[in-house]
Amino acid sequence: MEQLIAILTEIHDDVDYQSCTTLVDDGVLDSFDIVTLISEISDTFDVTIPPSAIVPENFNSAAALWTLIQELEE
Amino acid sequence: MSFTSPAFVLFLAVLAVLYFVVPRRAQWPVLLAGSLVFYLFAGVELLGFLVFTIVTVYAAGRILGRWQERQKAWLRENKDAAREDKKAYKAAVQRKSRAVLGLTLALNFGMLFFCKAALLEPLKGYLSGSRVEFLSLGLPMGISFYLFQSMGYLIDVYRGTVPCETNLGRLALFSSYFPQLVQGPISKYSALAQELYKPHRFDAARVHMGIQRILWGYFKKLVIADRIAAAVVTLKGDGYTGAWFFLLTLFYAVQIYGDFTGGIDITLGVSQILGIPLAENFNHPFLSKNIAEYWRRWHISLGEWMKDYIFYPISVSKPMRSLSKSARRTLGDKVGRKLPVYVASFATWFVTGLWHGLEAHYLVWGMMNCVVIVASEELEPLYARFHAKFPSLKQRRLYGAFEIVRMFVLMNLIRASDLFSSVGTYFSRMFSLVTVWNVGELFGGGLLELGLNAGDYVLLALALGVVFAVCRASLRAPVRESLQSASPWLRYSATAALLVAVLLFGVYGQGYDASSFIYNQF
Repeated sequence: MEQLIAILTEIHDDVDYQSCTTLVDDGVLDSFDIVTLISEISDTFDVTIPPSAIVPENFNSAAALWTLIQELEE
Repeated sequence: MSFTSPAFVLFLAVLAVLYFVVPRRAQWPVLLAGSLVFYLFAGVELLGFLVFTIVTVYAAGRILGRWQERQKAWLRENKDAAREDKKAYKAAVQRKSRAVLGLTLALNFGMLFFCKAALLEPLKGYLSGSRVEFLSLGLPMGISFYLFQSMGYLIDVYRGTVPCETNLGRLALFSSYFPQLVQGPISKYSALAQELYKPHRFDAARVHMGIQRILWGYFKKLVIADRIAAAVVTLKGDGYTGAWFFLLTLFYAVQIYGDFTGGIDITLGVSQILGIPLAENFNHPFLSKNIAEYWRRWHISLGEWMKDYIFYPISVSKPMRSLSKSARRTLGDKVGRKLPVYVASFATWFVTGLWHGLEAHYLVWGMMNCVVIVASEELEPLYARFHAKFPSLKQRRLYGAFEIVRMFVLMNLIRASDLFSSVGTYFSRMFSLVTVWNVGELFGGGLLELGLNAGDYVLLALALGVVFAVCRASLRAPVRESLQSASPWLRYSATAALLVAVLLFGVYGQGYDASSFIYNQF
């Protein structure tokens, strides 16, 4: 989780990722950010996020993203 | 049958009565029959294109669904199999599924490409006298909308995010639902299908709200868009350079706003009468502060489609990730990180341009949008430094207004490329903004020679004032919902006033095809 927070902080350092649950809904993460994020996650965790998983529910919070990564790792 | 014709009002009234009178399980077949009748009015020969899409997408969906079921069964039966064996089985299923998906997409998009190509001058001449000459009369109605919606469904089935539809009639209704056939919105199967198939009760309040939305759409289309259309046609003509071109971009913005958002209001209102909610396609687009934000607020359903099926699949694809990695090694982290996004943006805007038409000016339009968005992204550090120096600027309302006006003018200039089939003419008009200084001509009686008289200008100003006031009010609370909770007298007066305004001030030209919607040609 710490690694994920570090990746997110590199994209936007002024967001409280522990509490924010509307990263996509509130426009904190735009499509450019999401692609960068996916690329970083793929490299760091060695998982492939398929296009079908790119939905707001999976990207709205760090916790949701972490759950997605764990599912993909399995 | 245009949305603004008396025939459509009659059609809707008959269909709505039938829809609420028949047993609930027969409602969706009534909608399907109504949709096909609506399409038949556009021309029997064009129905073939719609049927082709429905049948191919249905067949491909069933095949993909069957293979997915078989895969699940195999994995259940062989749960103790080696991981490699499971992987190999899944890979084999994915390979053949991808082939079926690819073939269906190629057939359908090939058909769309052919239909759009048939509109180009060289091919028109070649087709002249042939059996497919009818295509040169225009695109099959709504093809860009029903085809994209159907392809979205098939890709979702392939991805396993929606189940395949096993009933051909139901899929036919999803693809051909008549309110969406004119100019969208492009709905997702997961959001629309079950709403189409489930029973709906008659609800007088909901029907009244639907009628209000339709009348609001008519107001924007017939009172504003079709009135200002005359001046847009004049200003497109030769000799209107400099300030006249700037005026054209402004008038065209008003026209397309009234035309497209008005058309979608009618679509959503019709669907609301039937009890089927459709997603909003606009979210106050002219309040955007940059082009990227504008595209999240204008024609939202097309933007979502492009993002889900073009932008993300390309930007996170394996080749793009490899490209990104090698770019990081050779050109640095920053370039490597941004490269997939920029390549995917280019592809997305290229396809969006093609979606509008195969003419060069549509591609130029797409590329201009792409360039401005990429440039904004690249200039972001500069903006950040600027705002760090003047931190209070962003809090000021005047600066916010400046950002909105800047976006509005820039978008108007880009959008004006729609109007000129010759890219050279468009750029020469644009160039004339700095070479020709003729603002004085606008106020020397010139404005009254554009096809609008003083009364038209006053009416347009008043109508735009009403639209502005309603939009402003809707930022605080949804206007029709607020009216619902007001007294019945006020509620019905508002509806009656809208109806009277549309009947009195709408433009109803005979023999002049003003009622056809701009986005219906795409």
